[in-house]
Amino acid sequence: MTTLSIDHVSRWFGNVVAVNDITMTIGPGVTGLLGPNGAGKSTLINMMGGFLAPSTGTVTLDGQPVWRNESIYKHIGIVPEREAMYDFLTGREFVVANAELHGLGAKAAQKALATVEMEYAQDRKIQTYSKGMRQRVKMASALVHNPSLLLLDEPFNGMDPRQRMQLMDLLRKMGDEGRTVLFSSHILEEVEQLAWHIEVVVAGRHAASGDFRKIRRLMTDRPHRYLVRSSDDRALAAALIADPSTSGIEVDLTEGALHIQAVDFGRFTTLLPRVARDQGIRLLTVSPSDESLESVFSYLVAA
Amino acid sequence: MYDPTVARLTYRALLGRRRALILGALPLLLIAISIVVRALAGADDQTASDLLGGLALATMVPIIGVIAGTGAIGPEIDDGSVVYLLSKPVKRPTIIFTKLIVAIAVTMVFSALPTLIAGYILNGNGQQIAVAYTVAALVASIAYAAIFLLLGTVSRHAVVFGLVYALVWEALFGSLVSGARTLSVQQWALAVAQKVSGGDMVTSDVALPTATVLLAVVTVLATWYAGQKLRSLTLAGEE
Repeated sequence: MTTLSIDHVSRWFGNVVAVNDITMTIGPGVTGLLGPNGAGKSTLINMMGGFLAPSTGTVTLDGQPVWRNESIYKHIGIVPEREAMYDFLTGREFVVANAELHGLGAKAAQKALATVEMEYAQDRKIQTYSKGMRQRVKMASALVHNPSLLLLDEPFNGMDPRQRMQLMDLLRKMGDEGRTVLFSSHILEEVEQLAWHIEVVVAGRHAASGDFRKIRRLMTDRPHRYLVRSSDDRALAAALIADPSTSGIEVDLTEGALHIQAVDFGRFTTLLPRVARDQGIRLLTVSPSDESLESVFSYLVAA
Repeated sequence: MYDPTVARLTYRALLGRRRALILGALPLLLIAISIVVRALAGADDQTASDLLGGLALATMVPIIGVIAGTGAIGPEIDDGSVVYLLSKPVKRPTIIFTKLIVAIAVTMVFSALPTLIAGYILNGNGQQIAVAYTVAALVASIAYAAIFLLLGTVSRHAVVFGLVYALVWEALFGSLVSGARTLSVQQWALAVAQKVSGGDMVTSDVALPTATVLLAVVTVLATWYAGQKLRSLTLAGEE
């Protein structure tokens, strides 16, 4: 059982606060660290990995400090986001070097390469690898010493769907084995497919924590805004406003469209086509106007 | 204190194709010039001493030192690949010490060896000039490697600072301001060379005991401080 504890951690760079008083505990299983780009996820992961000192607060792994403690890396495997990785080596040489630095040999390296299914390309130079292959070799180098904590910074970036699925299966397996796996992502669907537990970070603050379904519900239950164009905007507006799933409709004469605020997402999405059909109105445009991840996150912060 | 895996990675990075070409170019130039000078002027002790002192020790050794010293760690810190060394249960001072050994070895091979060859070409080691300057190059290699390894650890512009130190401080100020000469690796190395040659062909502005102490202190301090800096090296995120 490995537990990573982040206790009232803040980190600022000059006047910019990148991480603001975050407290969280990461236990065994797969945890997703979710947040939009620039939210402070990488800063947080760098502090968890001992590559950045918190300005205040502490990061500990089973009670041991992570910062300035080289021996902690016996228990941690790290998959950094950055691409650079001794490109002049072959995949095998790279993983063997990582094994040796842990006091292990070529056998451990070979096992890790087999785990990520990279044996077929292990004798090629890393500089010839695709993004997905690099990611898998990085993964092998992080797994070579069988760590109980695995930290991955945006591991799915640039991977094709098949590679993404393979890596997800692997991480799921690691979580099932009782390891503590933490990965960061700015993509909701990735986290949804993989994480048992999520931690949401927005603008350096800890916005939400817990079971994914609960947070997903929070996200879908928020007021949604839609832009709708139809063959008869006024008639459609009158029919929709009668239903409690909508809380406001603006008829925009200059744009020739309706701006609709829906409070019950599920109900509204079935109501709109039904009302249109019943009234004989043709829907020309239906588009969500605030579906960006940032708006989802800012709603979460306010919730 | 010495990690063979760190050493192997450092050698491979340092002797990669492009850097090896730069490292090899200066020694080849020195040997080529020596051949031309010998052919045109014949064997002359003063010429040999001027060329080995002015070109080999004052220019080539520090430049090779800059390339090997900063190159042993700077690029890894710049591109972030150093994370694969830092995320291991290996003491940070061990990483620095190993990289220092590699930087010293590379600087010695690419500067002291060509100095010896050039010296023999120029005057066949008359008055021990070739050996004296080779010893100076060996001694200077140690101090330069340590100083420039530290620069590579603390600054992203290590190569620029290194070249400014090597070429402006040592070569320019050293010839204009006498005080600057006291604080010059080149002069410390020359003090050792003076002892080896025993004649008047190789001279230094610094006495041997002072030079020895300064060489040792600078090397040890630079290495220790680089180890400390690496312990608290911060890898900023992409954000």
